[in-house]
Amino acid sequence: MKAWTILAAAATLTLFGTSTGLAARTDLVLGMQLEPPHLDPTAGAAAAIDEVLYANVFEGLTRIGPSGEVLPALADSWAISDDGRTYTFKLRSTVKFHDGTDFDAEDVKFSLDRARAADSTNAQKALFAAIDTVEVVDPVTVKVTLKQPQGSFLYNLGWGDAVVVAPESAPTNKEKPVGTGPFKFDNWAKGSAITIVRNPDYWGEPVALDRAEFRIVPDAASQVPALLSGDIQAIPNASIGDALPQMQSDPRFKVVLGSTEGETILSTNNKKPPFDKLEVRQAIAHAIDRKAIIDGASSGIGTPIGSHFSPANKAYVDLTGTYPHDLAKAKELLKQAGLENGFSATLKLPPVPYARDGGQIIASQLRDVGIDLQIIPVEWADWLKQVFTDKDYDLSIVSHTEPNDIDIYSRKDYYFNYDNPAFDKVIEELNLTSDEAKRTELYKQAQKILADDAVNGFLFELPKIGIWDAKLEGLWENSPIQANDLTKVKWLD
Amino acid sequence: MIAYLAQRLLVAAATLLAASLVVFAMLEVIPGDPARLMLGMNATPDALEALRNEMGLNDPLPVRYLDWVAGMAALDFGRSYTYSVPVIDLIVERIVVSLPLALISLALSVVIAIPAGAFAAQRRGRAGDALSMGAAQLGVAIPNFWFALLLIYLFAVWLRLVPAGGFPGWSAGIWPALKALLLPAVALALPQAAILARVTRSALIETLGEDYVRTARAKGLPFGTVLWRHALRNALIPVLTIVGLQFSFLLAGTIIIENVFYLPGLGRLVFQAITQRDLIVVEGVVMLLVATVVAVNFLVDISYAVVDPRLRAR
Amino acid sequence: MTYLPSAFIPRDGLSAFLARALASRSFIAGFIVTALIALMALVSFFWTPDDVTKLVVGDRMLAPSAAHWFGTDHFGRDVLSMIMVGSRNSIAVALVAVGIGMGLGVPLGCLAAARGGWLDDFVMRFNDVVFAFPALLSAVMITAVFGPGAVNAIIAIGIFNIPVFARVARAGALAIWPREFILAARAAGKGKTRITLEHVLPNIATLLLVQGTIQFALGILAEAGLSYVGLGAQPPMPSWGRMLFDAQTRMMVAPTQALFPGLAIMITVLGLNLLGDGVSDALDPKLRRRR
Repeated sequence: MKAWTILAAAATLTLFGTSTGLAARTDLVLGMQLEPPHLDPTAGAAAAIDEVLYANVFEGLTRIGPSGEVLPALADSWAISDDGRTYTFKLRSTVKFHDGTDFDAEDVKFSLDRARAADSTNAQKALFAAIDTVEVVDPVTVKVTLKQPQGSFLYNLGWGDAVVVAPESAPTNKEKPVGTGPFKFDNWAKGSAITIVRNPDYWGEPVALDRAEFRIVPDAASQVPALLSGDIQAIPNASIGDALPQMQSDPRFKVVLGSTEGETILSTNNKKPPFDKLEVRQAIAHAIDRKAIIDGASSGIGTPIGSHFSPANKAYVDLTGTYPHDLAKAKELLKQAGLENGFSATLKLPPVPYARDGGQIIASQLRDVGIDLQIIPVEWADWLKQVFTDKDYDLSIVSHTEPNDIDIYSRKDYYFNYDNPAFDKVIEELNLTSDEAKRTELYKQAQKILADDAVNGFLFELPKIGIWDAKLEGLWENSPIQANDLTKVKWLD
Repeated sequence: MIAYLAQRLLVAAATLLAASLVVFAMLEVIPGDPARLMLGMNATPDALEALRNEMGLNDPLPVRYLDWVAGMAALDFGRSYTYSVPVIDLIVERIVVSLPLALISLALSVVIAIPAGAFAAQRRGRAGDALSMGAAQLGVAIPNFWFALLLIYLFAVWLRLVPAGGFPGWSAGIWPALKALLLPAVALALPQAAILARVTRSALIETLGEDYVRTARAKGLPFGTVLWRHALRNALIPVLTIVGLQFSFLLAGTIIIENVFYLPGLGRLVFQAITQRDLIVVEGVVMLLVATVVAVNFLVDISYAVVDPRLRAR
Repeated sequence: MTYLPSAFIPRDGLSAFLARALASRSFIAGFIVTALIALMALVSFFWTPDDVTKLVVGDRMLAPSAAHWFGTDHFGRDVLSMIMVGSRNSIAVALVAVGIGMGLGVPLGCLAAARGGWLDDFVMRFNDVVFAFPALLSAVMITAVFGPGAVNAIIAIGIFNIPVFARVARAGALAIWPREFILAARAAGKGKTRITLEHVLPNIATLLLVQGTIQFALGILAEAGLSYVGLGAQPPMPSWGRMLFDAQTRMMVAPTQALFPGLAIMITVLGLNLLGDGVSDALDPKLRRRR
């Protein structure tokens, strides 16, 4: 019986195999670097969760588009009260969850209340901090009242952490995600691949792909051969290192150099002597040669940054000239700080190539001005504990990939230990402002303050290297948020 | 015999108990909070506390140890912190990669080593002997992960005959799955084959000196026949002992090779689990492997007893 | 793998042993290779073709040339210099790990052989427990617990050397104890400790030396493996295993980077194994004649 089934399946596969010559392909194997720990975007910070599920399996009231714009999703339209505190969302009425249950306003209320509850395990609870109440007006209308106006509220609702889940399936989403999106979860071979298939009952425009597999290929050593052999047809966020020129010259592939929201910085403990002295931080900024770091740690790809802001954002100002590479100046500043004989410090590096490689280069560069860095490699768990939580560090290298996260510098007790009331004031004003021109101006001020204070060593914007089959269309070129949106992806010919 | 068996069984149980204490104690020292790791940089303290309670991380140590040991006795290894599925499911999922890999490389090792060792014994002192034993010396000295890299470069990148890494899963069909295991199996088998060939050769040379072999030769049987028919059969006992040992080694020793080829096997599971601080998975897999070694040793002890009457009498 | 040659005491004295050793091709070849590697490590303290702490990113991944015989790595460092400096790390880790194994294992084994009874049982059970742990996997676990680094790699490898040496020392000592000269010593009223030190140890020394060579070679392989998965020596300290890891991700563009560190490991291990074979051949002329 079983053997027969397998034979039948094999025969069907062969039939499909011969028919693909006629119609365009409808399957896709997509490589990703890290495996998600589980599949519930509302209960974990790992980017890999959203990279599989966002927009594909789960949807929220709003969504973020390919250029970072806010688009309607499960909410068809919305109205904002004049005081900016009340949002009334009109929901789509024909939406069903993948388990067949209906989507309605109760699910929205459940999802938002669950995310902001005291015992919530949502990793981005701050997104919902402004919410005061969520009321169900009727099955297709939800009214959300805020404690104070929040300019970024609609954007916040577009995050993967804010997707709508059903009360019946929420507890099991980690294992078997049930959403409303155009793809349904199919299978997860742990350590290896996650498969999603087309949802035939999708409310919106149907997708072109029948099935998509997200295969885990951790680094350059595995990604390059997998692409070349055709095992994998797309890696939207590739780390192929020095093989890039080779892939770029191969006509079978399309290579897209985009930007991420990842500001790669030399995190500095601003309260720990001697880094509490502005001159010392300025000296480090002068001693750093961004070009060598980008060449050595990022294969020459990546935009240098002078503050904590993405060059892709329209409010970006280029501040890389604030402290240009100048060893004499660096030594001079160290002398002013009373450290003409240099000093030694530690550099804790998480297990990512840009940090481990970049750290060695920075250590070599700082040695030229008399700063002797001892490199301490740490696993993510130890990094989170020692550096991020306990602030037991001097310097570290990490990429802050959350979009638009300049406000972290105003958080009390954040691991930079940075405290500047002038900066806090700018962020406070930003939170109360919804006028775009005004917001842009405030963002520029914020960037300038951070650059002048040389809070951290600002290195480069982590590049997004996307590589896919030249016949594949519709993948995102930039990543305004962490996602692999497959809704518009199709094979040409 | 019964007394001997009981004694060996007791020893096996004591070994397991001691090992479980060592494993548990060691992993308690690992720094890092699994709850923090699961929720990431921006998690709030109350979310962390809620998760810690949910995972039982706030129970006292002895309670956690006893829970864990009692669970294992019933084949319940607990739930993975990162995947939130039963650990046993993860192990089963991975063992279908590691076990076939270990078996294939063991088979390869035997198929290469025994003829090579016998050939060397047959040509003792001549060029063929020197050549195959020289190759064996190289095989023992080559780091298997480097050999694996060379294989990848040659067969996957250059000739494009097999995939460079990853595992499509058995559901993709027997052949694609076997193809993915081929290079890792060869890389693992080579050093094992080299050791086994040397053991085979010296065991054969030993038996060739025995009286019955001399008798067989005196009867006028050709040397080759004597070697392959008579001597090899008797030399198999030490060879099989080594093969048994190699099996447990291969099952656990694939960790680095699985990392080279990105195979979702047991070794890689442990490796990932360690970096993700998924301690319960590490504990489960290590204990399973320790139990395998203990079981193999126990079987070896019993077989010795069956063969050796002096032990039986004890 | 433990070597137990049937006769491990050179019965005809040291000079005859040396004469046999020098007649053994394995011994000569192994000795020369090992000496060369050791010399390379020593020289690296005083001189290397290039400074390995200086990163010249502009010179990255150059092919082998007159200026850089083995090419440069992804930071523009000279690969030959890296291999020279890396040899120090491999040798140090393996050597100290053997030291730990011998220092703890040999006394344990001798004690077990001398006292017998429950102590012997206890030592053997301890061995069983350690042997029950898959060595490489446990080394990974140990380095993960106590943090990656050369020192923890030494400990992880050293622990698994203890039962090996305990077993060899015990087996060797057990074979010595019934011999006439020991009986004579006992009759003369010497204590067990004194007999062990004066008569047993000298007679099993060569046996331990052979085992030491083998464990040394295995230690170099184990260290390379740990460094390759990132748990051994940490950058910027050069190590052969780490160099292979860095080379792996660049194999498409700079394949020679993966060649030289691997060859270095292989040649070193080969040399040590040949040396060990040569010594055990010289110890056991009967076995050698059969070869």
